[in-house]
Amino acid sequence: MPPSPGTQDYRALAARIRHLVIDESMRAHVGHIGSSLSIADILAALYGGVLSLDGDDRDRFVLSKGHAALALYAALHGVGRLDEEELHTYCADGTELGAHPEHTLAGVDFSTGSLGHGLSLGAGAALAARLQGSGRRAFVLLSDAEHNEGSVWEAAMFASHHGIANLIAIADVNGQQALGYTRDVLDLEPLAERWRAFGWDARDVDGHDPAALAATIDELDTRAGLPHVLLARTTFGKGVSFMESQIAWHYWPLSDEQYEQAVSELDAATPAQAGAA
Amino acid sequence: MRTAFTDELLELAAQDERVLLLTGDLGFTVLEPFAERFPDRFFNAGVAEQNMVGMATGLAEAGLHPFAYSIATFASMRAYEFLRNGAALHELPVRVVGVGGGLDYGHNGVTHYALEDVGIMRVQPSVTVIAPADPAQARAAVWATAELPGATYFRIGKASAPIAGLDGRFELGRAALLGDGEDVAIVALGPMAKEAVEAAALLSEEGIGATVAVVSSLNPSPVDDLAELLAGVPLAVSAEAHYLTGGAGSLVAEVIAERGLDCRLVRCGVREMPRGDTGSQAHLYETHGLSAAQLAGATLGALGLARRPTQ
Repeated sequence: MPPSPGTQDYRALAARIRHLVIDESMRAHVGHIGSSLSIADILAALYGGVLSLDGDDRDRFVLSKGHAALALYAALHGVGRLDEEELHTYCADGTELGAHPEHTLAGVDFSTGSLGHGLSLGAGAALAARLQGSGRRAFVLLSDAEHNEGSVWEAAMFASHHGIANLIAIADVNGQQALGYTRDVLDLEPLAERWRAFGWDARDVDGHDPAALAATIDELDTRAGLPHVLLARTTFGKGVSFMESQIAWHYWPLSDEQYEQAVSELDAATPAQAGAA
Repeated sequence: MRTAFTDELLELAAQDERVLLLTGDLGFTVLEPFAERFPDRFFNAGVAEQNMVGMATGLAEAGLHPFAYSIATFASMRAYEFLRNGAALHELPVRVVGVGGGLDYGHNGVTHYALEDVGIMRVQPSVTVIAPADPAQARAAVWATAELPGATYFRIGKASAPIAGLDGRFELGRAALLGDGEDVAIVALGPMAKEAVEAAALLSEEGIGATVAVVSSLNPSPVDDLAELLAGVPLAVSAEAHYLTGGAGSLVAEVIAERGLDCRLVRCGVREMPRGDTGSQAHLYETHGLSAAQLAGATLGALGLARRPTQ
């Protein structure tokens, strides 16, 4: 059975994000590639349909794992909100498109880069919406290692105590951090139970199925009740075989040979209409 | 001073519905009036200063004016990176209120002494730093900063007595001058103006004329006022319940050096981390050379050295 057009669109955007991540990281010769590939499908869901992106009442999005900024730039470009010329300035001198996002760039609400800040920013943004009688939501994309930061749990306690239902956290649970696997550094499991113990609506979801992610988010009650966290189970470096689940690809840039292999693997996996985009 | 500040904040909130008050579970007997009058705009964030200041950034991004209240040490240091990467970086109107600056929390010990808060806030170019000298200045500062688009740090002391002659004068980027002596300028950080004024009276008995400059606004700092004052005196004595580095003494040194002034500087402040010595504020001022008599003594000593070649 052919996929629905919606599913196809999400897949195409995710594929586009992955191609752009590889191309731009190669162009700039910088790392953080695996972290960016890890969230390509999550960003495809958010920017491909979930987020309301215009006006003061737009949803707020915080890329709390700011080191995956390249994936965000790719998503913004993929939906026509960042032109190609600017995208190509990634990590060049004088650019607004650094390795971590800057709020001065159109489409970025909050600068990030220091882990553990984003959920507080999002809690404030969501509380502001409630105080102002707005239906807008605040989305925060966390890394799993970021859960090491105590401030995440401070924000978690506040949001559940105050029933901030329009706060939606998405954790990129790829099981890796800079120097090792999360289970070896500071084991986070049982992560869903920990969030639930903090009073959140916590759901384990497939972090590589953007259409299903979007559908899940659409079903959330953001008017009243508990704040929400989606524990998006992902594969670090998803889509490039030699990066998948490899610690070293947190930092390494690509060689020419690795670039060629990555592109050919992504091409082989790309839905037909995405290659021309 | 705390009550004066929070009373005025209540009035500001009555006129400006953007104003919110967050507290890190502190402010017993001080914040209740706000909580009762504006229950929808008051949030106890719990003992979680990082989240409180981080949330304030998210609230301010939407156009609100959150005040985040805690003891000065916790407000300034525990949440410092959240202010730096939050309201300072995003240029948003978050107001951090640190109560009990300097040695105000005497018996509570060094964990409660804010001896570097002004210094660490002042190094952030976009953070306005306010250290009122007395209750009337605290009231005036609430209104003078109400429309500032960026972050503000308030160091709110415990002193309740007015500084004679100050009359609530407060202006961003200005120093308030008391007296017009030309032998020494005593540059006092906020509430240290009380000791400075008393020191000036003691010096007067010795035939030494002093002008007291009350520094309550840093970022913007009263650079021009100080430069004009210090161009006319041979000696400046800085006085502050703060470490020697980063506060009023550093500011005076910067002005003297950058303007090329012929003025000697003696810095009076806390030189070492206070360990194992708590007590009343008066006791601690004695320990750290900050009593009025000690400030006067430091001035006389410096003038004596300065006069030696002509004697």
